[in-house]
Amino acid sequence: MKNQVLNLKTRVMNINKSTRSNAVTIGGILIAYVVCTALINSGNMSNLLRNLLVAMCYYSIMAVSLNLTVGILGQLSLGHAGFMCIGAFTGAFFSKITVNTINNTFIRFTLAILIGAVAAGLFGIFIGVVVLRLKGDYLAIVTLAFGEIIKNVLNVFYIGYDSKGIHFSMKDTASLNLEEGGMVVVKGAQGISGTPRNSTFTIGVILLIITYLIIVNLVNSRSGRAIMAIRDNHIAAESVGIDITKYKILAFSISAALAGVAGVLYSHNIATVQSTKFGYNTSILILVFVVLGGMGNLRGSIIAAIILTVLPEYLRFMQDYRMLIYAIVLIVMMIFNWGPACINWRKNHSLKDLTKKLMKAKKEA
Amino acid sequence: MKKRIFALLMVLSMIMLSLAACGSKEEKPDDGKKDQKEQVNDKVDDKKDTDAPKFYIGGIGPITGGAAVYGQHVMNAAKIAVDEINAAGGINGYQIEFRFEDDVHDPEKAVNAYNTLKDWGMQILMGTVTSNPGNAVKEETYADNMFMLTPSGSAPEVVQYDNAFQVCFSDPNQGMASAIYVANKNLAKKVAVIYNSSDVYSTGIYEKFAEEAKNQNIEIVAAEAFTDDSDTDFTVQIQKAKDNGAELVFLPIYYEEATLILTQAAAVDYKPLFFGCDGLDGILGVENFDTSLAEGVLLLTPFAADAADERTQKFVADYKAAHDGTIPNQFAADAYDAIYIIKAAIEESGVTPDMSISDICDGMKEAMTKISVDGLTGAGMTWTSSGLVNKDPMAVVIKDGQYVSAD
Repeated sequence: MKNQVLNLKTRVMNINKSTRSNAVTIGGILIAYVVCTALINSGNMSNLLRNLLVAMCYYSIMAVSLNLTVGILGQLSLGHAGFMCIGAFTGAFFSKITVNTINNTFIRFTLAILIGAVAAGLFGIFIGVVVLRLKGDYLAIVTLAFGEIIKNVLNVFYIGYDSKGIHFSMKDTASLNLEEGGMVVVKGAQGISGTPRNSTFTIGVILLIITYLIIVNLVNSRSGRAIMAIRDNHIAAESVGIDITKYKILAFSISAALAGVAGVLYSHNIATVQSTKFGYNTSILILVFVVLGGMGNLRGSIIAAIILTVLPEYLRFMQDYRMLIYAIVLIVMMIFNWGPACINWRKNHSLKDLTKKLMKAKKEA
Repeated sequence: MKKRIFALLMVLSMIMLSLAACGSKEEKPDDGKKDQKEQVNDKVDDKKDTDAPKFYIGGIGPITGGAAVYGQHVMNAAKIAVDEINAAGGINGYQIEFRFEDDVHDPEKAVNAYNTLKDWGMQILMGTVTSNPGNAVKEETYADNMFMLTPSGSAPEVVQYDNAFQVCFSDPNQGMASAIYVANKNLAKKVAVIYNSSDVYSTGIYEKFAEEAKNQNIEIVAAEAFTDDSDTDFTVQIQKAKDNGAELVFLPIYYEEATLILTQAAAVDYKPLFFGCDGLDGILGVENFDTSLAEGVLLLTPFAADAADERTQKFVADYKAAHDGTIPNQFAADAYDAIYIIKAAIEESGVTPDMSISDICDGMKEAMTKISVDGLTGAGMTWTSSGLVNKDPMAVVIKDGQYVSAD
């Protein structure tokens, strides 16, 4: 019996480090999922928190996907919300026009997610080709501009749908010339409303885990090593024959496609979506998740996204001072989270240590 | 290093566990929670009524961020109305608890605010203040069958479901009323429109105005748009209106931009008739704005803060006294009316606080079609089951730095 336990232990220890770390993250997500589902089913969860669960999922997906660009590719992108916007609109548009033709919710929503991801991914490639020649501050400014362009262009789109097909205008609904019974799907500044609300916590968690696995597998692959080589020293990477443009675009478009998935989840969660939501404020918010969680640290991104999604809601009792306190808490977290003292404290109080101590205590007993 | 994050996750799930404890109280919050609610009026002797059932009315709107001024006016005015009603003995003898939550003019945050209020025990929703958040919240109220009365969410989609009603005019109605007013009073034949294409309110009015203008033989010679990101320089739009010989410039926008348009039009010596909707209400209160430029501006608005009737004067005086002399705008008046409309609907239907949310809603939505309310924003307001309000639009003109009735 003892042998078996030891055997198991060495086997666990022999699994490579990254696999073990991934297992911990996914295990953590699953445990949180089980706990939350149990709470919902027993009716013990507040309405607020139940409603926030899906939001946590899509913000986590956003943070993890941006981490690919910022932490792993090493390029600062300030337009990530723009890709979310494209995913949100294409997904919601698809769902709205097929809501009566595809009755199976699962198939329709899966297709919507795929369409959102592909559309955002294509935009990622398009924008990547244009802007990835730049780097550093220049790239940051250009991505910021592209994010705003996407937002403002979608803001004047009017798209209608009738028996003749899809009508499009950039002026107003009247110029769509819809026939009787036609439906205006995208209404300029009003965006799309009445999207079927298919996003659930379960789907959100599944998508989060898939996103996580995609990025982890990419990072641990040959391509991933090339991408990280570009981050660490792009001249050295180029000199050993890595196609810099190709790998940059690869990482950038995957990151964009995953943001598109988050967008679809968003637009199917609250039934109305406007492009103004996806301005630079949202982009910066996502960047804050990434920076707080640690560049290149996927698990950290998820945790930061969850905390910063919940925090402003639970500060509501502060009333008028809510956003002020939120900002202060954010600053304090930014300063101390990656301070040496805090890192040391976490090292000394980690779960690993705790289990070791317990083991020791057991042995001594 | 990495294990610690797992530890954090565990801590997080524990926090969730502890948070979940708050979720069990749905209908009636206990007294301990009441301490947190500073927004509840303090005039009422709480001790006497602690055990008596109360109506829990929630409000949602922006009190921080870009649209904060609207939400703040609504919140303040609603509190004045609630205090008045409570001081006068409540609704059918039941006191009102009122709580207002911030949505930062964002649909996502508005749904969060709605759920926060639901956890608090809200039975009736007085919200949302703005339209886009309203579109998201209406789905929630419809699913819960909770009664919803929006003071100023003017998009017609907000009241799409049968449980939602509006106090303000819907945007299309304002656009139509404006076109008809311009035609009936023979104000102009050639009209230019400057509108905000990134704003639902503005585009909603413009579209219907343009449609109705055709029927009324009004020619729109220039329809110039701007967006929230380019709302400081209007010289191009003004020049175009001037070049096309517009006699009247229709401004279905809010007053902040309108002050700039008036100033910039005066700078190029262009003096058409300016005509606006309720969004222009408040233009005289803008700091550093030369109010003589607004002379002769016509606006269709249901509320003017210096109207002579006794109720308006009392409301304005109360509001000014409570908020450092700020003059309430039309949003405030809508909210004040909204609380009294809720009161009237409760009295008509005879619902009581111990009924379920859904039963209260069923009772009230039926009562809404029967009542007629005299408020600050119109006399004899009635509703159909569509949720849209019937009341007469009122035109006011700015004369000698005052709003004066135009009729």
